[in-house]
Parts: sequence; C-alpha cells; structure tokens
Amino acid sequence: MTATHPRTTPEVGGIGHSVRRKEDSRFIQGRGNYLDDIVLPGMLHMAILRSPIAHGRLRSIDTSAAQALPGVVAVVTGELMAAHKLAWMPTLSGDTQAVLATDKVRYQGQEVAAVIATDPYIARDALPLIDVDYEELPPVTSPQQSLGADAPLIRDEKEGQVDNVAYTWESGDKAATDAAFAKAARVVEIATHYPRSHPAPMETCGILADVNPATGQATLYMTSQAPHAHRTLFALVAGLPEENIRIISPDLGGGFGNKVPIYPGYVVATAASLLIGKPVKWIESRTENLISTGFGRDYHMKGELALDEKGRILGMRSTVLSDQGAFFSDAQPTKFKAGLFHICTGSYDYPAAYVSAKGAYTNKAPGGVAYRCSFRVTEASYFIERLVDKAAHEIGMDPAEFRLMNFIKPEQFPYKSPTGFIYDSGDYHSALKLAMEMIDYDGWRQKQKERTDGKLIGIGIASFTEVVGAGNSREYDLVGIKMFDSAELRIHPTGKAILKLGVKSQGQGHETTFAQIVAEELGIPAGDIKVMEGDTDNTPYGLGTYASRSTPVAGAATAIVSRKIREKGRQLAAHLLEASADDIEFDLGKFTVKGTDKGVTIQEVAFAAYTNHPQGMEAGLEDVCYYDPPNMTFPFGSYIVVVEVDPSDGTWKVLDMVAVDDCGVRINPMIVAGQITGGLTEGFAKANMQWITFDDDGNCIGSNFLDYLVPTAWETPKFRLGETVTPSPHHPIGAKGVGESATVGSPAAFVNAVVDALWSKGVTNIDMPVLPHRVWGAINGVEAKP
Amino acid sequence: MYPASFEYSAPQSLSEALGLLGKLGDEGRVLAGGQSLIPMMKLRLAQPGHLVDINGLKELSYIRRDNGHLAIGALARHADIVKSPLVPEASKAMAAAAPWISDPLVRNRGTLCGSVAHCDPEGDWNSVMLAVGALVVALSSDGERTVPISDFVVDFFTNSLRPGEMVKEVRVPFPVGASGGAYNKLERKIGDYATVGVATHLELDGSGKISQAGIGLTSVHNHNLKATAAEAMLIGQEPSDALFAAAAEAAAAACQPSSDVRGPADYKRAVVREYTKRGLATSLAGTRGEN
Amino acid sequence: MEIQVTVNGTAYTRDVEPRVLLVDFIRTNLGLTGTHIGCDTTSCGACTVLLDGQPVKSCTIFAVQASGASVGTVEGLKQNGALHPIQEAFKEHHALQCGFCTPGMMLVGSALIAENPHPTDDEVRWAISGNLCRCTGYMNIVTAIQAAGAAGEGS
Repeated sequence: MTATHPRTTPEVGGIGHSVRRKEDSRFIQGRGNYLDDIVLPGMLHMAILRSPIAHGRLRSIDTSAAQALPGVVAVVTGELMAAHKLAWMPTLSGDTQAVLATDKVRYQGQEVAAVIATDPYIARDALPLIDVDYEELPPVTSPQQSLGADAPLIRDEKEGQVDNVAYTWESGDKAATDAAFAKAARVVEIATHYPRSHPAPMETCGILADVNPATGQATLYMTSQAPHAHRTLFALVAGLPEENIRIISPDLGGGFGNKVPIYPGYVVATAASLLIGKPVKWIESRTENLISTGFGRDYHMKGELALDEKGRILGMRSTVLSDQGAFFSDAQPTKFKAGLFHICTGSYDYPAAYVSAKGAYTNKAPGGVAYRCSFRVTEASYFIERLVDKAAHEIGMDPAEFRLMNFIKPEQFPYKSPTGFIYDSGDYHSALKLAMEMIDYDGWRQKQKERTDGKLIGIGIASFTEVVGAGNSREYDLVGIKMFDSAELRIHPTGKAILKLGVKSQGQGHETTFAQIVAEELGIPAGDIKVMEGDTDNTPYGLGTYASRSTPVAGAATAIVSRKIREKGRQLAAHLLEASADDIEFDLGKFTVKGTDKGVTIQEVAFAAYTNHPQGMEAGLEDVCYYDPPNMTFPFGSYIVVVEVDPSDGTWKVLDMVAVDDCGVRINPMIVAGQITGGLTEGFAKANMQWITFDDDGNCIGSNFLDYLVPTAWETPKFRLGETVTPSPHHPIGAKGVGESATVGSPAAFVNAVVDALWSKGVTNIDMPVLPHRVWGAINGVEAKP
Repeated sequence: MYPASFEYSAPQSLSEALGLLGKLGDEGRVLAGGQSLIPMMKLRLAQPGHLVDINGLKELSYIRRDNGHLAIGALARHADIVKSPLVPEASKAMAAAAPWISDPLVRNRGTLCGSVAHCDPEGDWNSVMLAVGALVVALSSDGERTVPISDFVVDFFTNSLRPGEMVKEVRVPFPVGASGGAYNKLERKIGDYATVGVATHLELDGSGKISQAGIGLTSVHNHNLKATAAEAMLIGQEPSDALFAAAAEAAAAACQPSSDVRGPADYKRAVVREYTKRGLATSLAGTRGEN
Repeated sequence: MEIQVTVNGTAYTRDVEPRVLLVDFIRTNLGLTGTHIGCDTTSCGACTVLLDGQPVKSCTIFAVQASGASVGTVEGLKQNGALHPIQEAFKEHHALQCGFCTPGMMLVGSALIAENPHPTDDEVRWAISGNLCRCTGYMNIVTAIQAAGAAGEGS
C-alpha cells in the first residue's frame, strides 16, 4: 500500500484519506473544554507571587496584609510547603527544583508565595500586599560566566555541588574523530548560539486541583501532555496514594512541550486544595508562562567539519554548552543528558564523530528541552545544516551539490551513525532533488547573479534527519518509566468502537488519525470510532505526546491491538460461518471463507461477540497493547528558502519556500500538511524575530508578547509542500512521526538563505533571530547587539 | 492581568463630561479607545482613581472639513481614518500611517486623539502630526483653546493639557498647493511599536520650490521629534536627491535613539537617514500626483 | 454597577464592578467560555468578539463599556441549528488544530467576508494580523475564510 492510494473507501476513512477532523465540531462552536473553562462548585482561585530579581537571598516574608484582604482564604509560602516536605520537588532530569522559595530566589519570575482567594481579581490584588525582603546577589546571566572562576554558586543548597555545572555528557569516538581530523585537507568551523525560545502555546498552563476531603480522592484537571507519568510522579512526590489520584488532561490549547514539565503552580494548588478542602484553580498569565515555564534551546554550539580535498566529510566534532537556568529540569530520557543532540551528525555519511556536552546553571528560568525539539534535535539539525552550508560556501561548492555528494545513500539504510543511531530508512537524494525542482533552484541561482537593484537574493537549504518515537526500553526511560505507549480497543455490539490511548493530543488531531488506523486495520468507519485520551482513570498507561512519539509508539500500539482484535474476530467469524479459522481471510472489513463468497462483516462479528460467541470463548471484543518500539523512526526532508535582503535597513523577506518532507506512510495527508505548515512557521519565527534574552541584571526580556515576538499572518510566508514516502521498515503501518520535523529542519534553511545572500559581503554567520539590526551590523562590519 | 479598582462614569453629554473632569482634576482620566490606557491599567502601571468614559459622546466621532482644516473628533477611531476619503486629501502622510497603527482589532477601538494625548514617543500619530503642523483643540468646562502640536507634545508621555482639559479635536490644515507625504515605519511585526518611524510632508509653491516641509520621527527620542534643522534645509529650495540626502543626514543627527532590544543607536540613525530619504522622495512624487 | 448587554441576541442585566474586563464578564458571569484569554498585553486576539459588529479585543474593554451595546461571540455564529459558512469552512479546510485561537479567527473572518466576500490572500492576512496562531501557520485559515466568503455569496 502506498500513501497516495488508500485501500479503504472514503466512507471508511482508513490510512491515506484526508478525513475531516471529528474534534473540530466542538472547537468551531466554541465548546472546547479547556482548563480555564472548567468550573467546580466552591472553586477558589490562586495567584502566584514571583521574584522580581534574578538572584537573591530570601530574608523574610510577611503575608499578614495579604491575608487580611477580604476574599483571601489563604496565603502559602515556602515555609508552609516545607512543613509538608513539598518546598522542593524532583525534576524530570534527576535534579530538584524549588516549589516555593525558602532560602534563595534563583531567577526572575521564580515562585515565592501563593494567594488563594474567592475571585481571581482579588487574588491578584493580594500579591503586592505580600512583603518580601530580598538581599540581592549578583546574577549569573550566561553559561560562560557561570563556569568562570569568580561565578557565584547558584545551587548552594545542593549537597556536593561545588560549581555551576549541571551535567557533562559525551557521545561518539574521540580518538577516531581526532584521527579523521588529522587527515583532513580542510577544517571548517562554526560557533553559533541557538537562542532561548519558548513554545508559547496559545493556552497557558494551569490546574484545577480538587482534593475531596470526604473521599480522599484527588481529581487534578491539568494542562498535561503526559497525564499518566504526571500521576505517578505526583504519587511519589506528594505521598498521595496513586489510586486516589486522577489526572484529567482536558482539551489543550497547544502544548509543544510546554505542558510536559511539572510546574510549582501545580504542586502548590494541589497542596492548597488538600489543606483547604476546596477545589483550587490556578491558571497562569502569559507573562508567567514566558518568564518561568519550560523554554527551549539556549544552546551554545561550536563545531568543526573535517573535509577531504574533494569536499567529502571525514569527521565532525562538536562541543556544546547549554544554559539550563536555575534548575536542571529538561524533559528528556534519563540516559541522554543532552537529549538526542548526538543526531548532529545529520544526513551525511562519514565514519567518525565526537560530541562533548556540558550544562551550566544560570539565574534564569529552568528548562531547555521543549518547543517541538524532539529532545534537542532542533539544536542538532541547526548545527549540522549551518556547518555543512558554511563548508560548501568556504570551498566554493554549491550547497546542494555538497549535500548530494555527502548524503547517506538509500542502499546504506539501515544506517549506523557514528554516535550509535540506527537510521531506519531514508532517501535523502530524492527529497532534495524534488525540492530543487519544485523551487526551480537553478533558476533562482541565475536570478541571484542577475539582481542589480541593490537588494540581495539568498538561497538556503536544510536537509534534516529527525529521530522520533521514544523509545525502546533498552535505552529510553522518563524518570525511570520505560517509554512504551498503549492502546486499548473495544468493539461494541453494534460494531462501533472506543479506542483509549496513553498519549494526549494538543491539537494534532488524534481523535481522527488514530481512528483512521483502526479503520484501516478493521474496516470499521473512522467516524464510528470514539477516541479517548487524557483521563488516567479511563485510559491505559502511556508516556504522553511530545517529541513526535504518538504515531510511532501509540500508533503502532493501535495497529497491533486492532490486529489482536482481528484475530479474535477471525475465530468468531469461523464460528458464524461454520468453517475452520485457518480458512478465514480478512480484508476491508469482511471475513470470508477462502475461495468462496461466504462472509460476515466486522459489524456482524462484533454483534456475535456479545450474542453468539462459541462455548469456551470469552464474550466481548476488546484488547490492549503496550508497545515497546524496537527503534526510533527517522523522518527527514529537504527545505529550500529564497530570501531577499534589503541592506539599507537590514530587513529580509521570503520570496519562496519549498518543504519536502518524508515521514513514511501518512495517515491523514491533510493533518500532516497542517503539522508541517505550523512547524515551518515556528522555524520562521525563530529565524526572524522570536527569542528570550536577558540583560546584565538578569531581567528577562521576552516575558510578554510585546517583547517575545510571535509572527502574525502578515509576516508569515506562504509555504509550498512536497512529499516523498519512505516507509519505516519496523513500524506496523510504516509511519514515522512528523509533528516536529518542520520546526527541527527549517530554521537553518532561513538562516542559510540570509547568509548566502550576504556571503559576498564577507558575512559568514548571523545568529538567530536574524533581526534587521544584526543584518545591518553584519553588512557594515559592526557588532550590533543585542 | 487585572486592573486595580476605580470609579467609573459614562457621561451622556459633553458638558457633563467636562464638569466631571473639572471636578476630578488629576484623579480623573478620559477613557476613549482605551487601547493604550487599559493595557497600562492591567499591568498596574497606571491606576487612575476615576475613569470618565466618553464613548457615549457619539457627536465627537466626526472626521470633517472645517474652515480649511481636516477636523478629527475625539472619538474618531483609527479604522475610521483608514477609511476616510478626506484623509489623503489633507495629508498623504496620515493616509500612509493610519493602516500601520497597531493591529486591525486595536484600530477598531483606538482613537487618533487618544494617541495624540498619550504622547508615547513610540506612537506613530504624533510624528505625523508634527510633520503636517497639526493643531490640538483642548476643551474644558472653562472653554476651548487651540495648541500647536509642537507645543502640545512636551515630553515622555507628557502633554500640555491642564487639569480638567481633554482633547476634543485634532486639526490638520488642508494643503494649499501641490503636496505629498509618507510614513515609513520599521517594525518587527504587526502590532510591534516602531523601531524607527519617519513621517514626511512636502508642499511646493507655484515655482516648484518647497514651501512647507515636515519631518516627524518616532522612537528616536523621549518624545516624537520634529526634525526642525532638516526641515529648515528644505524650505525655499528646489527638490533634489542631494538636498534630500542632506536633510536625511540632518534628521539622523537630530535624533537621540537609545540602544535597546530593537538595536543599537547607530543602526536606528542609519534607518532614520534611509527612511527620511525614501519619505521625501515619496512625498515629492506625491506633489506630482504620482501616488 | 448595573449593565445591560445583548450577547448573541439575548439581553442580559447584570451587576458588575467597573474593572471587570469584558472577556471575564463573558466567560465567568455569562458562562460563555468560547472566548479565550491568551495573553496579558492586548497582543494575541484570542479574546476577539464582535462589538456592534466590529471585531475588538474583549480583554481591553471593560464590561461596563458594553452596556447598551450588542456583543457577538463564537457561540452566536451558529444560527437556527445551522453552522455559519465560516464554521463549515474552518472544518473543511483544516483551519484549526488546538482550536484556541479559532473563535477569534472565525469572528474576524466573518466580519471580513460580510464586507468583502472575495478577499485576496493579502486582504485576509491583513485582517487577521491582530490574531495569533501557534499551530496552523495561517495558510489554511486564509483558505477557509476565502472559501466561506465564496460559499456565502452563493447562498
């Protein structure tokens, strides 16, 4: 089966159909059920007081004036949380994070106290009435400063912590890489900072914690991309019995990794509800979201590429320093302290690579792995695609030619990379060639030469290899929990079905796409299948949706559970058709006796499961699959951007962009295209305008939408999409993940284009965001900060 | 997120509004579009004691010809100015600037008079008003007075209104002869404030020499800046590229931009220079009826 | 103070503090949660409603200012059990993913096509430049609004 020729009819809506989304009905009517829409009787409202300074000792807190404000029910401080052993909590990276500050504040925006009141307006009124006395300490505002000799110790509360190093990590073979460099005809270098960026989903994070004093049941409505994992962590951290905790993640207004960490607000609201005996709602403001929750990137990367005299890559070295903020709270598999950054060898065939990574604490918000990054694959892909492009320019070779010469060839898959990945399948040459054809690459190179009006044309390519679908139990776990995922399927007597998943959509369309997988496997129309996610009492255990893992892992589980049900269906069909089960075939929703036209539909089989099952067989038609993926999946693609730069003011705009993606089999082409378009926009945003930065006092610049720039429809370019299809050989339906590909692959394409335009003016690198003043500065040979 | 509490009145007549403002003095604040005031109140950067909501005074929503001037009433919204056919006749700079104020939703509520009164150096309208030589009509229960815009814009978020006064109207003189104008705004995205904005306005006399020249600059000083030295260079001269380049140089020299997230001061000066040149060229084309 | 507001054709009389934002009035006092809050600096447009037919940001208007006026929210798009062409078009053209910006986008789109049933790409992008979306990349939103305009003309 190929992606372009669906096997099922449009009425069934199996794989390959652009089935219109079932979930849209409620959203287009304004009847979504987002966290802040949920109201419980007696509900109270929480607001958090945050540190105005980046680094300081907490000398005293006086909450009396706040407590006296009419409407205020309680004021919670670190001291109260400490009494319940909840002032600190573990992070997803084996560190600890302050819930409410007790000794020090370590970043601007850190949680210091919380007010619970009858009304959200009153809760906010109470915040300035809390009198906090800080002793300001010098802030550390960069990882380089953090690792310097005179840097103040940020994590002085951590036993055994003598410096500001959060972790070190390495991958690859240093000796082999050194040897490769020794043989090199040429070494190309790059030093680049991938700036701090933030997922900023349109809906901020929040919780409605309802700890019922009569039953002891804690029902936590929470903006969570991973409700089961969060529930287990709540049980371990808060000491609440796990069976009494129910996390319900409702409709999520976007996630992009921002809703994977556990935030102090969640813990405080839950504790408050427990202590007060009423539901407590906390929904953060946009400023709180940007200043304190899980950001992405902030990665300082240095790299070198060793080339032979023909421009073939012999080896690659990379040294990276990450700005972890005040706490090491990256959401990533335990073993990989730098996420999957070691995919930075990219789409190219060479035998030796070495990656050395270090993380440093700074006085900034904690985090680093988020924002559609596939666990730092965004950084890795940007790094190698900038380095490769720079190499091509330095040796005077066309960047497309350089890539085509160095790509891993189709016949080399499965391909073992120098850092230990086994790329499952790929065909990089076809993708790049298609992109070049679609954009008329040669035509643009010609136009570039011919431009005479002072504006400069640039063409940028990025040919990325993604790695998604975490992940196999040998190597992947999140705080010790293996990264399987799950699907539970029940077929009803009338032939309809309910599918329950361990993942959690934040807009990716799971209610439609996962139904399509079942429709493909069983022939039940996708519209007859209800998909449930997010309620830990009503779904099988799963690790959630992030890092593009849902289709690779839960999608596989869905296919397999459908096949298990099909097997039982075969037995039931045999019983109904009075034939041997070995003589029963199944295709497109029908079980038939081999060589005859005698058959029964899946619906008839379902009815029989409850009304006419054979003696000795259990009634019902239901099963569950917990899937341990054998490997990651490796979607890939080639993106080409054409820009026009105006040297007089440094502005640039996109004249054309083509994105060719290969994510294997596409379940719903319309939804895949939507994911890619959204990701390309995020890539454009980061390349053009969007970042969080800090001044020397540790003040966060980018803590609201006036400073953190999210492009509107006016700035956002139009994109033209193409596809190639190289199925994953190990995935039951040949699909790979795709949600993050465009965010991973596109920033380098934009930046490569601008640098290409300016290369003749001696510009070899401009870090993101490529703001007009930076372009101007680069052209005029002056440093133009920030 | 939420403003502090305040008293609120929604007068149904102008005299009622003025009476209230007179009584309240510094405690009172006019609420028209609210698109600058309410965001400041939500961040608690402004905490007025008493808001006087003038949105009920529909008679102030005019954009009309009045004695050789375009008269823009206190409730004329930015969106109304974008649509009005009178505006380009009065000033092509105004017509050029109007669509670029903030974003379309804010333009449906925000008012030109409100922006003028606000005196935000990063606001666009006052640069245009300085370039076209606008007049501000201040009204109180004691009567009306007309203030030239260059006297009205005093400093950073500071105008010359007296306690109890509100801006009733802004007046833009209709040009007598051939005229043209432009507004060049560098912004990182729609809805961002200008990194740099340059308003230009030119009028030519019968012999083709420049009789009026206005250059107003946004975001390059602690208030919208009238580039008077640059303007003086242009008056009485024949337009030419060399002349415009010299004026652009003078405009760049006059501004005092700060180095901040939108870039270093030198960069902003370079953009002022470039946009002044562009704006004067566009304005000249306007005098010839080419735009 | 007491205010009288008509929302989606229904008149409401309520007592509300002057400082209550229109968006909070709609969501909390009236229980209409289709209008969303996405930011705190009047930047994102998730709170867009129609005020006397004009799209505005309801987070930057006080509820008391809407007294005597007519407010349209996303819940008012469906009339007599029939979805508005813009709602049909958003579903048909995959113009939403998480759905959070969608009510605002649809209201702005419906106001645009009422005035201009055949907007160009640029005209649509300009009209929605006060509404942020993080999921879709805008392309399908533009297509959907244009399709709704074309469908509306035909009906």
